[in-house]
Amino acid sequence: MSGITLREAARKPDGLATGHRLCAGCDESLIVRMVLKATRGPTIVTNATGCLEVATSIFPYTSWNLPWLHTAFENAAANASGIEAAYRAMRRKGKGPLAGYETLDVVAFAGDGGTYDIGIQALSGALERGHDFTYVLLDNEAYMNTGIQRSGGTPFTASTTTSPAGRVIPGKREWKKPIDEIVIAHEVPYVATLSAAWPLDVMQKARRAFEAEGPAFLHAIVPCTRGWRYPPEKTVEVSRLAVQTCLFPLYECRFEEGRPVYELSPPSLGIARRPESKRPVEDYLSGQGRFRHLFRPERREDLLDEIQGWVDRRWGLLLERAGL
Amino acid sequence: MSEIKPGWKELPRGAVSTKSSRDYETGDWGISKPEFDREKCTKCTLCHFFCPEGAISIGEGGYPEVDKDHCKGCGICAEECPVKCISMVITK
Amino acid sequence: MHFDGDHEMNKQVLLGINGDESVAYATKQVNPDVVAAYPITPQTIIVERYSEYVADGEVDTEFVAVESEHSALSSCVGAAAAGARAFTATASNGLALMWEITYIASGLRLPIVMAVANRALSGPLNIHNDHGDSMGTRDSGWIQIYCENGQEVYDACLEAWRIGEHPDVQLPVMVCLDGFTLSHTMENVFTLPDEVVKAFVGEREFIEVEGHAGKTEFRLNPEVPLTMGPVDLQDYYFEHKLQQVEAMEYALKVIPEVDAEYEEISGRSYGLLHPYMMEDAEVALLGLGSTMGTVRYVVDELREEGVKAGLIKMRVYRPFPSEALIEAMGETPVLGVLDKTVSFGSPGGPLYEDVVTTYYDEVERPLVADYVHGLGGRDASPKLLRGIFESLMEIKEEGSVPCKVNYVGVRA
Repeated sequence: MSGITLREAARKPDGLATGHRLCAGCDESLIVRMVLKATRGPTIVTNATGCLEVATSIFPYTSWNLPWLHTAFENAAANASGIEAAYRAMRRKGKGPLAGYETLDVVAFAGDGGTYDIGIQALSGALERGHDFTYVLLDNEAYMNTGIQRSGGTPFTASTTTSPAGRVIPGKREWKKPIDEIVIAHEVPYVATLSAAWPLDVMQKARRAFEAEGPAFLHAIVPCTRGWRYPPEKTVEVSRLAVQTCLFPLYECRFEEGRPVYELSPPSLGIARRPESKRPVEDYLSGQGRFRHLFRPERREDLLDEIQGWVDRRWGLLLERAGL
Repeated sequence: MSEIKPGWKELPRGAVSTKSSRDYETGDWGISKPEFDREKCTKCTLCHFFCPEGAISIGEGGYPEVDKDHCKGCGICAEECPVKCISMVITK
Repeated sequence: MHFDGDHEMNKQVLLGINGDESVAYATKQVNPDVVAAYPITPQTIIVERYSEYVADGEVDTEFVAVESEHSALSSCVGAAAAGARAFTATASNGLALMWEITYIASGLRLPIVMAVANRALSGPLNIHNDHGDSMGTRDSGWIQIYCENGQEVYDACLEAWRIGEHPDVQLPVMVCLDGFTLSHTMENVFTLPDEVVKAFVGEREFIEVEGHAGKTEFRLNPEVPLTMGPVDLQDYYFEHKLQQVEAMEYALKVIPEVDAEYEEISGRSYGLLHPYMMEDAEVALLGLGSTMGTVRYVVDELREEGVKAGLIKMRVYRPFPSEALIEAMGETPVLGVLDKTVSFGSPGGPLYEDVVTTYYDEVERPLVADYVHGLGGRDASPKLLRGIFESLMEIKEEGSVPCKVNYVGVRA
């Protein structure tokens, strides 16, 4: 139960101020704005190095209307662990600047770079220790801030500067690391996937994440107009297509009574109930320049089939896990 | 903008930021700005959520209003409006 | 000698504990909010002992059993930024792994305290004592205190909080103790009563800063938000660094002040460095850490033989106490510098370079020679040190330094 409505949330002042230097049409700020609409009280934010961090904190300007800490690329989860530990200690002692707060939500924002790859150790450690914090993965599927280099989150065949679609090799050869499964395997209370195309869904899940006792993990698909190469006004549409093709299903997973319990969110549940509404993955791929080589100069039916197969298998697995 | 920047003796310690980005105008980044047809608008508020700049606020009467000093002209609002009451108008 | 067991102010309890245990015990008395630490030889006893205190409910500390040293210091940074007192400990490659964050902790002006059980850096792997690890972070903006014995370790671990948190300083502090030599050696350590420690360290106080949302204590404050750790472009980074330079300069004044206060409650005082037998010394050795205890023994022997030997134990290495060094040296004509690390490709060891730089523009300068020794735990025996003094005496005879950098105690 979250009790958030679009109308009320629209009136709530933004935790992320305008005037940041993110690209026009950037999905990161959509997700961040929506997540921060769901704050319920005192909140402290940590942010790994990346587009969001750089574009919102160019000295002397800052876009953060919340207390915010950035230190390095790989340690947003470790920073958050320290803040959470400080809060617990002060509550236990009954003194210290944070001791008076009944709740303190600690939120870590990191990109796919700072989560799948260089940040996975700190994330895994924080999850294992069970800190009460929310980790938001802003997944634009490459190291975008440094110029579109591949990450463990980059999908199969996506062209990036370190996995370019060349004459011999058609983009990234490896599949996207299954980060949600990795996090779920840590048996944390709450894991959910987000798409900015459904703002209310994002806000409700963010609120549930804050309310969860223990680690909560929110994985947002974050289309990048520059890195994925599509016109900026299509950002929300691309995000929507990721869900409608079941490439990025929307769901929640709670660890209850010793097992993961999966629940599909309405946009994906709708597809589960009416499989004919599932759109072919090509609808998603064809609008993005990073997959252009799958269609031009010649259609790579082999690769498109592999990708569709991967999507279908994983969608099937998710349906099984959700008992559908 | 040739302002005189503070020296190390004036800056606050701890390297904390000193100005809100609200004071930094990004409105000149793009070439177009949205215009809203109030007759068609259903006050759904989605444009407020879909604006990466947070430049669309819900104003008097529940209608959207755009902060032109910060709108970068990305066009998501116009693209996503369920009743297509927003059009991006070239201003430069 | 400056030890005093029964100080008129406080009855101190004598404990038989090793250096690591001294660190843990002192920290227990301080009862910081957060200890985030990862085990590495020879610091492990610190982490283990502290975990016992936590398990027995003797402290209120939140102990974060982090998964690496990088996360250890990162968690301390988060905690300190949130307004907590945060402590960690490491050694050798653990310090090397958190190297990135040491600069950030200092740059963000967070008064974290860290104990470093000095151990050689890999490779090859060596778990024994030298100063390679802490010397590797000498540029990071941390205050560095080197301890000669377990008593100094205990005392430094209390003073460190007051030094780092001083409003004019606001820098993290590294307390260095020689791995195994101090960390694992049981010594007599006089410990203050809990209430005296609590009164001395008090509560963490914050400087006030003016951020984008107004004035606030320097911490992540939900009421008045601060942005900590922004991006500096070319137009601001240099200025922020100058603020750290200034803080280090203030530390040179603050450390003796805190020390004087500590003397009042303990009877022990340390300051920046300790000259011994320097008033009329003709040859002197300067160094850091436990070796200076052995040097003192050798100086006493030499004095009995009529040699005018002296020593300067440098306690605070960063900030480098140039003025105090010049004053302690007085007119002593020959100085040997004991470097327990090697800086490959440089004209001399780090301590030697700092000494020579200190003296370069002085009208009166001693002859200075570097003695790199003890790498990887190679013992600095009285015999070795006597040999160094003999070398210094030859320098005095010749009036020149035949070999600037000498590697002693190594087989050719």
